[in-house]
This record gives sequence, structure tokens and C-alpha cells, in this order.
Amino acid sequence: MSLEKSHPVLEVTDLSIGYISKKESILISEGINFSIPKGELVSIVGTNGIGKSTLLRTLAHMQPALNGLVRLNNKNVSEYDSFQLANTLSIVLTEATSSKNLTVLELISLGRHPYTNWVGTLSENDKNIIQNAIDVTETQDLINNKCMELSDGQLQRVMIARALAQDTPLILLDEPTTHLDIYHRAYLLKLLKKLAVEKQKTILFSTQEIDLAIQVSNKMIVMTEDKVHFDEPNKLIELGCFNTLFPSETIHFDKDLKRFVLKD
Amino acid sequence: METQKTYRTHFIILIVLLVITFFINISLGTVSIPIKEVFSSLFGGEATKSSWQFIILDYRLPKAITAIFAGGGLAVSGLIMQTLFRNPLAGPFVLGLSSGASLGVALLILGAGVFGGTLGGFLLGPWSLVIASALGSFLVLLAVLSVTFKVKDTMTILIIGLMFGSVTSAVVSVLSYFSNAEQLQQFVFWSFGTLGNVSWNGILILFLCILIGLFICLSSIKSLNALLLGENYAKSMGVNLKKLTLLIIIATSLLAGGITAFAGPIAFVGLAVPHLTRQYFTTSNHFILLPAVLLSGAILMLVCDAIAQLPFSDFTLPINAITSLLGAPVVIWLLVRKRKLLF
Repeated sequence: MSLEKSHPVLEVTDLSIGYISKKESILISEGINFSIPKGELVSIVGTNGIGKSTLLRTLAHMQPALNGLVRLNNKNVSEYDSFQLANTLSIVLTEATSSKNLTVLELISLGRHPYTNWVGTLSENDKNIIQNAIDVTETQDLINNKCMELSDGQLQRVMIARALAQDTPLILLDEPTTHLDIYHRAYLLKLLKKLAVEKQKTILFSTQEIDLAIQVSNKMIVMTEDKVHFDEPNKLIELGCFNTLFPSETIHFDKDLKRFVLKD
Repeated sequence: METQKTYRTHFIILIVLLVITFFINISLGTVSIPIKEVFSSLFGGEATKSSWQFIILDYRLPKAITAIFAGGGLAVSGLIMQTLFRNPLAGPFVLGLSSGASLGVALLILGAGVFGGTLGGFLLGPWSLVIASALGSFLVLLAVLSVTFKVKDTMTILIIGLMFGSVTSAVVSVLSYFSNAEQLQQFVFWSFGTLGNVSWNGILILFLCILIGLFICLSSIKSLNALLLGENYAKSMGVNLKKLTLLIIIATSLLAGGITAFAGPIAFVGLAVPHLTRQYFTTSNHFILLPAVLLSGAILMLVCDAIAQLPFSDFTLPINAITSLLGAPVVIWLLVRKRKLLF
């Protein structure tokens, strides 16, 4: 173990997110501050429309920040060119791939896109990295299947394998547990945890699964109307953050059970 | 992109088919010429009748070569447009290219009456047709291109292309209304499409258009593969989407615009061939699909042209009718069988 303090992989300072159009800019959330070191799993929770996806899109440089700083490996994200960014950050989105005809192996191999030559020939090294991504996501049995033949859970694993093949220190996932049953949700989150611990990936994902996220995350970003909280799950529970997420007359957060319960 | 198979046998079969259809295409025609004579004419020998030799070398051979260029080029432009627009129905003509070409030719033919006399005669030379049609498709493309820089969404671009197409065909209708029967007939004949009127000089120009177009496609293979995942994924892997869109549109205008200029609007090849090829080559990798689609398009066009000749009869059908008659059922068959067109 090195004694020097590892620098944060992702550092966000006073970030405002939203949409800029010609006439006006629409602010969705502001005053976002957090910093995530290497090998940590961080979840983003909040109600629908609070700006979880907007935050992820802003971090991935898919849309501009209204204000504030996003730094990847101590460098401002706007200073990255597209190749450097592709080397640093990979994404798993909710949207389906446009081609349904791709085989799983073809899809995962596309993760090597930033590194291959002009026709995309895979080197031995590329093939090893792809095989590693397949092994760790347990997708070996699927590699000859077409995308359209996969279940939601399988497709999610394959998309994570593709992100792993891109071999970036940071992976951003937008709602990876949507459409999955409880077993596959748990399986997926454990997989993300494993990637963070064993592969030392820095992983940031948004989710609706607050109960599971509390169990699995190193830190959490809780987005509410008034404030964006960032801390370890236990401390957030102590602060009572989760009770500010939803209107309190229907559902409330039980500190001892560490989960939401219905109100009588 | 990893592809386990190199599809070597598939490619050998296609190449053999191409050679066979090429010779069949040349052997068939209004004048029946024995196979032996066809070969001796083609390979530098003397045919028994000099008229046969003339028919083979100066009519059927350039026609077959034009068919290969037109079929292959249209099919490739269909393939890259389907990937670029992420829409299985995209093709070289969806962007209004053929309508643009039609408008150019309509303005020339139907407008020539205004000038009349010798000027009109000069305007109607074969070269001016080509220039007018190329100019027309290029202008529509330029308009679409200028929109592309403002609008990001590819579906919107597709719809705008259709709208441009509607406007140009409306203008063509207005022009037709005000022109006389003779001019109208000439325009209609152009719009039937023809492979037989291309001279060796024309073939050289067509070849250059297609060569440059294919070269651009080849340089974009990797980015096109990445685009199969979708716009956002492609960008996240470092694909410059604006540059790619621009390159593909230029390539399409060279391929489809050039072919339409020489052979008239030819429907369905660009749409149907990529889908047919995907049935045979079960991959989405453009490195495999691009040459496969090129060969299949050429074969299909040679077959369509052979049918259009109505062998052993005195009639020749318009090539555009044959490609539509063959192409439309194929697309319907694919839709019914697969319930969905995949790409």
C-alpha cells in the first residue's frame, strides 16, 4: 500500500446542472460537491426528474455544465479530447443499442474501439481484455447470441462487459437495475461492488433501489429539492436525509431497519 | 469489432455468382448471339459477324459494367445510410437525392422548350442531362447538409429529406403540367432509368465517383461499427459524429448522385440489398458487410437488367420497374418472415 493519499478520480466542485437553450438555461440542480477516490462504488438516488440522469450526462461530458467544475484525474473534463475521455470514462445507458443484430461478442468487442486501428483489428492484448470482461460479468454463454435475444438482466451484464472492455478507470451507469427482478438487481449491484473492490474501478451509478444501494455503496449522492447530500450511507441515515426524499405521509425511512416502510 | 468468421466461402460464392451473372447478362439481349461468339468477342477474338462484336463490346459490355457499378454503389450507400440514420428504411433516396436529380432533369427537359431552336437542341445533349441531374441531387444534398449542422436528431434529418423530396416532386409535377407531350415523354423515359446509354467516357466518370465514395466509406468502417451501439455510446468511445455524418453524406451523394445522373433513378436496390445481405452474412460488422453488399448489389443489378432485356424478344422493360417489382416483394417477405427489419 502506498502511503501517499490517492487523488480523487472524479471531483465535482460547486456544479450546477441543467439545459442550455438559446433563450434561457433551465437549472435542474445546483451546489453539487463530491469527490470519489479510486475503487469506490457510489450511488445516486433521488425522486424521478430530480436530475440523476442529467448529472450523469454532465459528468460524462454529454451535455455542458451550467456552472462549476468537473475534474477527472485532477484535470478539467473540458480539457480532455474525445480520445482521452474515451480512455478515462465509459458509460452504461438506459437506452437500447440501435442495432439489435449485433452478437454479444461483437458488442463487447466494440468497447475496444478507442484503441484499435482504422479497421478495428483486435490485438492479443485486446482479446485478453475482452475475455476478462466476459469472465468477470459471466457472459461467456451468451457471446454468440444476438442482442435481441437477451433478457434485460443479460443485456445489462453485456453492456457492463462492454464498458469494462473499454478499460477505463471510471464507469458511469444510468439506472442499471431498472426492469430487473430483485435477484438480478442484487446480482448486478454485487457485480458492481466486485468490480470496484477487485478491479479497482471507480463506479458511479444512479438507481431507484435505495435499500440495496445503502447496503452496497461506499458513499451515496442523495439529490433532494433543497440540497444535494454526499456522504457514507450510515451518516446519511443519521442525518435523516432519506426522509426528505419523498412526501412523508405515505412512506418513511426506518433508521433501524435501514429501509423504507409504509405509513399506516 | 470481433468477428469470428471471415465468411470466406460466402465471399467465394458471391464472386462466382458475380462472374456467372456477368456473362449471362452479356449473352442475353434482343439479338441472340451464340455463347461462343460472345466469349470470342470479349476476349479479343473475332466474332463471325462484325455487328455481333459491335453489340457485345460497345453496347452490352458497357451496360453490364454500368449495372455492376450502379448496383454495388446504390447498395453500399443504402447500407451506410441505414447505419448512419439508425433506420432500416433509410436508403440513398430517402434524403431526396433522386427527387433532386429528377428536378434537375425536369428543369432541363421540360424547361428546354422555353429556349427552343438550336439552344434547346444543345441543352438536351446527353451530357447536359448528367450535369443537370448531378447538380439537382447535389443541391438537395447541400440543403439537407446545411440542416444537418443545425439539427442533431437523425430522424429529423430523415423527415426533412422526405420533405425536400416532396417539394421537388411537386415542382416536377407543375413543370410537367405546362410542358408538351414530346418533352414529357422524354422526361418519363429518363425517370424509367436505363443502364444502356452510358458511354465508355461516362463509365470512367462513374467509376471515379464510385471509387471516391467507396474510399470514404472504407475510411469510416470503424466509426460506423461503433455507431451500431447508438449515438451516445459512439461518442463516448471517441467517435466524431459530425465528421462521420458529413463524410457519409458526401459518400452517398457521390455514389447515389453519380449513379442517378447516368442511369436515372433506380429504386429499391439501396433499401433491399443490405437487408438481403444481412440474411446471408449474419454479422453487423461493416468490414464484412461493405464488400458483401457491394457484390450482392452488383449481382442483383445484373440479374434485374437481364430480366429487363426480356431475352429472345424485341422489348426492353424499364430497369426501375424491374428493381421495384423484385425489390418490393423482397422487403415485404423479410418483414413478414422476421416481423421486423433489423440492421
